[in-house]
Amino acid sequence: MLAVLFVLLSVFVPDFLGVRNMRGLILSVTLVGTIAPTMMLVLALREVDLSVGSTTALAGVLCAVVMASTNSILLGVGAGLTAGALVGLMNGFVVAKFKLNSLIVTLATMEIVRGLAFLVSGGEAVSIPVERFYVLGSGSFLGINYPIWIALICFVVFAIVLNRTVFGRNVLAIGGNPEAARLAGVPVNRVRVLVFVLQGLAAGVAGIVLASRITSGQPNTSQGLELAVISACVLGGVSLSGGIATITGVIVGVLIMGAAQNALNLLDVPTFYQFVVRGGILLAAVMFDRLRQSPGLLGAGFLRRRASASTPSKA
Amino acid sequence: MTPREEGALLSYSGVGKVFPGVVALDGVSFSVRPGEIRALMGENGAGKSTLLKILAGEYRPDSGGLTVAGEPVAFASPRDSAATGVSIIHQELHLAPDMSVAENLLLGAYPTRGGLLDKAAIRAKAAEILARLGEDIDPDTPVSALSIGKRQMIEIGKALLRDARIIAFDEPTSSLSARETQTLMRIIRDLAAEGRAILYVSHRMEEVFALCDSVTVLRDGRHVVDYPRMADLPEAQLISDMAGRAIADIYDYRARPLGDAVIAAEGLLGPGLSRPVDVTARKGEILGFFGLVGAGRSELFKLLYGAVSPTAGRVRLHGAVASVNSPRDGIAAGMALCPEDRKGEAIFPLASVRENIVVAPRNLGGRIKAFLNMGAEAKQADDLIALMRVKTASAATAIGSLSGGNQQKAVIARWLAAESDILLMDEPTRGIDVGARSEIYGHIYRLAESGKTVLFASSDMPEVMGVADRIVVMCEGAVAGIVSRDEATPDLLLRLALPDAAGSV
Repeated sequence: MLAVLFVLLSVFVPDFLGVRNMRGLILSVTLVGTIAPTMMLVLALREVDLSVGSTTALAGVLCAVVMASTNSILLGVGAGLTAGALVGLMNGFVVAKFKLNSLIVTLATMEIVRGLAFLVSGGEAVSIPVERFYVLGSGSFLGINYPIWIALICFVVFAIVLNRTVFGRNVLAIGGNPEAARLAGVPVNRVRVLVFVLQGLAAGVAGIVLASRITSGQPNTSQGLELAVISACVLGGVSLSGGIATITGVIVGVLIMGAAQNALNLLDVPTFYQFVVRGGILLAAVMFDRLRQSPGLLGAGFLRRRASASTPSKA
Repeated sequence: MTPREEGALLSYSGVGKVFPGVVALDGVSFSVRPGEIRALMGENGAGKSTLLKILAGEYRPDSGGLTVAGEPVAFASPRDSAATGVSIIHQELHLAPDMSVAENLLLGAYPTRGGLLDKAAIRAKAAEILARLGEDIDPDTPVSALSIGKRQMIEIGKALLRDARIIAFDEPTSSLSARETQTLMRIIRDLAAEGRAILYVSHRMEEVFALCDSVTVLRDGRHVVDYPRMADLPEAQLISDMAGRAIADIYDYRARPLGDAVIAAEGLLGPGLSRPVDVTARKGEILGFFGLVGAGRSELFKLLYGAVSPTAGRVRLHGAVASVNSPRDGIAAGMALCPEDRKGEAIFPLASVRENIVVAPRNLGGRIKAFLNMGAEAKQADDLIALMRVKTASAATAIGSLSGGNQQKAVIARWLAAESDILLMDEPTRGIDVGARSEIYGHIYRLAESGKTVLFASSDMPEVMGVADRIVVMCEGAVAGIVSRDEATPDLLLRLALPDAAGSV
């Protein structure tokens, strides 16, 4: 599907396949790409995390505030990561211990954490005075920007976690059947908490990289990021009912989102239309996926209508 | 295709169905006449469910077809099937638990007045159907308050309401008590007497012989034989037709020496138990737990295992008081649970057979590692699949696509991999065919002979009597008696298990 999309876009959209554009495209999805691998784990666990956008903002703001007052990159980055991990810990603890629906829990923390980001920054952007820190967002290694490297590392690390570790398989087991997992001796609560902590950490990393790119901490950034990340995962075939996830799927999902967005920009489509197109792509993708799984869905419906129209109703 | 039988209400003619890699049905033909109760028998995976799903309009046959009252039909959906007068009563019931009996009965066909629900008409119609069933149930009762047996009656009521001409029952008695089974059989006879065609799927021999007029036997998707009259058919003949081999004694009990006490409940009390439970099982022992549905066997197993917290009492393991507060504690102490509800509590349906087996050993307390040893896990799973004779295309096949018996064997394999020495098996043969059952009994004996302790719960009396060394009979959340193998008679066990008689023994 991604290949088809790329071929179509390279034919119909001028400059799409250019090296500059490709790099821009990939850079534009690094924020989503950094958070998507851990969101994949959350969804595979049959949970969801809506607080990642707010956490990204809080981590960036904290990073900026600490750096502004201490001039220490280490302390700034540490503060951002700690904030992310703590938000994740809180989400995981409440979900696991109180057996609450993660949609509601993270909806609440989404609001709380966004509020904290505004409180910490006093409601305004906090500029970062340490110029060496900007390298993280704008520098590159082997011609590839650091943010891209960081997203790549996230993908590789969590590909290994999902496929090669006991923890990763346990995530899929819990998502597949939580009670069976508990009775089979899977440490269900420990896995749940850890997944949310990892998700918080990833959002923290994303927030710090973003702060470096925009050279400041912005409390109102990344609104709606959580939905973009979830969309990318779903586009990549991660099941919202848990138990199914592949990292390649998520990479494809992230790139489809990025390619669509990029093409719309190149074609000068006004922003208002872009919302419609993005939602349309998500809806089409999940419907297509559903049809692929149960081809009878559409066919049976049509046939039924035809059959009931042609056979006279019995008394 | 074989010629259609004259006067048949339902005929399958040369029905074939292929799934990727598996021939589920291969040219199956048989007919059911009005007023006939025909048993459909075969091991799990023989093709019975596929036949029913074709009748229900869930699957379409790849070859051959159905005729209803002489007319060829091609069901494109369950709606078509229902409109033609077919009703299927499933093993798992499809009722909305929080809605009332009346609302469930008339679901999908609510009478309305002026566009609004006519509640009085719903109640009246429901009361009429319940009266026809001879059931004394208030139509306003929420379904969640009813026993499984009563809920089944509601399903049958729905079929009556639609005036179904063809009713198929898929293992209807697997969760019913003896008394509820009697009621159900009486109603099925009445339904047949009114000229309906009944198709009856069950593994329980006694039931099939008591109820059915005729039988069609399937094996590996093929039609093996038809017997038009059950009355003069020897049971052993039917079993060997199903299994394709003669099974002399499916239990094949072997006595063995017993060791010291391994697990003991002392005054154990918790949810689902009404009186403190004291039982002890020894090394190498197969301790049976018999009782009607809801007697507290599953609850006791879950208390022992640590899946549920006790409110009083304690568990002793090898003589020492153990603190078992979670399934992980139970597993660390050497216990294993094969839960009764296979689909809900035991398997990961989308995951492979291999994943379903290795999930337990890889999470064992002391040995837990960060990274998987994929080679070793694959080998372990392959060995156990071979040992347990799990019939699966490969270790990578999703377990959800296997038959119930093979799923159960994989669940037992999981605990062999974990090297557990106390196995709590809750209805391990429920919904499993004769061939696979006798294999599972063989595994249970081998486990016991190798020094493991097996706690074995079952509501199938011949099975408990055939397999266990001693039998704990439970009734309404309490131990009603403990009977040795030699003392056990059907009369005694039933007398202990029935609520009314429990106090008098």
